[in-house]
Amino acid sequence: MREEIIVSGRMNPRIDPVLNIWHWEIPLYLFLGGLAAGILFFAALYTIMGKEKKYPAAVKWAPFIAPVVLMIGLLALFLDLKHKPYFWQLYTTIRLTSPMSWGAWVLMVVTPLSFIWSALNIKEIFPNWDWKFQWIRDFEAFCRKNIIPIAWIMMISSLILGIYTGILFSAFNARPLWNTSILGPLFLTSGLSTGAAAIMLMSKSHEERLLFSKIDLILIGIELFLIVHMFMGFMASTQVQIDAAKLFLGGPYTSAFWIFVVSLGLVLPALLEILELRKRKIPIVITATLVLFGGIMMRFVIAYAGQASRWLY
Amino acid sequence: MRYAMAIDTKKCVGCSDCVVACQTENNVPIGYCRDWVVEATDGTYPQLETEIRSERCNHCDNAPCVRCCPTGSSHFAEGGAVLVDHEECIGCGACVASCPYDARYMHPEGYVDKCTFCMHRVEKGMKPACVSVCPTKCMYFGDLDDPKSDVSVMLKKRKFKTLIPEAGTKPQIYYLI
Repeated sequence: MREEIIVSGRMNPRIDPVLNIWHWEIPLYLFLGGLAAGILFFAALYTIMGKEKKYPAAVKWAPFIAPVVLMIGLLALFLDLKHKPYFWQLYTTIRLTSPMSWGAWVLMVVTPLSFIWSALNIKEIFPNWDWKFQWIRDFEAFCRKNIIPIAWIMMISSLILGIYTGILFSAFNARPLWNTSILGPLFLTSGLSTGAAAIMLMSKSHEERLLFSKIDLILIGIELFLIVHMFMGFMASTQVQIDAAKLFLGGPYTSAFWIFVVSLGLVLPALLEILELRKRKIPIVITATLVLFGGIMMRFVIAYAGQASRWLY
Repeated sequence: MRYAMAIDTKKCVGCSDCVVACQTENNVPIGYCRDWVVEATDGTYPQLETEIRSERCNHCDNAPCVRCCPTGSSHFAEGGAVLVDHEECIGCGACVASCPYDARYMHPEGYVDKCTFCMHRVEKGMKPACVSVCPTKCMYFGDLDDPKSDVSVMLKKRKFKTLIPEAGTKPQIYYLI
């Protein structure tokens, strides 16, 4: 038996007794970043496939959400910074070893793209919209001409954005719960799934809803597989990772994880989607809301539980 | 040049003088500390063994905080000391989360702060504040590349360990056991 205590009275705020350096801002941002990544991915994908007419919610309507959620996410990120006047230092350098630097730069690509994409579709909402300046009209014409290359850039950068939200955590070997490479694919899949849910909410056509219901069902299946895989990895790993998994297997985060993330956020919407595919009438708003709720809970639970997991020495 | 510290766990009495010296020397804000004392007890009563360690930033060779810093504010200074450039720090907290030793904290002014190995003293040829005040003289500081430095001599003479070497950080605070 071994017990270690700090006897000099260390009580550094946000560090002791348990690390709590990141509060609601980071998980909220990770959720919104993943959601925007999912929406933009599907918009770009169906543009490249030439199905704008068939799936208008995916290509035109849902992308209006992306710049809004990205701006809220960026605001949350900014609120999290403690040395705010120096935030521009992020953009004076590229640090390849730092996921946060990757994220800052990929957001510099994705955020303007999401605005351009929405601007291109603004006539869907305001049919009489006029850009007033000729150079904006020229730019619009240029974008419309090159929509396929733009869609490719958007698809790839949204995938990087989606996967980085997980890698941000998994790069910390000091927090054993986060230190698993599964988190990258898991957060990416969850981001795509919440993106599909947002499209389902915006869609007016039954065919489109059904397609995204199917896509979401597959994505939820992948997520469940990745979660099982994550626990298998933890249980076969070192003591610190076994302890980290125990936070969810009887520890303080057990009910939050299994009830809110897995049951309500993954299994229940998957069941509703299966029923829908079997021609039962299920209000889409329930399924989509549950998926979005599961996505946000997953970020919160993993962000907080990760900070509670540590190396003991 | 590679600065390192050796701390004799057999001589340390856990008086926390190093903590107070650091707070005074470095103007550490009230309620915070850059170094701390750990009492580790092993065994089952009545067979117990206690080890006392004065801990601080390990100035790791493979420092996760330097790796994850998005601006390059956390960096390796000459001699391997890990330092934070306050003007470049955005206060994102990534380095705080990345440290398995929880050696960093957020200064009330916003930037991240930690042990500097008292580089401002070392540059003038003095020892770090904690080392210089230790009443049992259980701490040794110096250059590992110099075989005659205090720390090299002690590491040659004694058995030693580092904290969580399995985290792969290559810590440079050595505990003599």
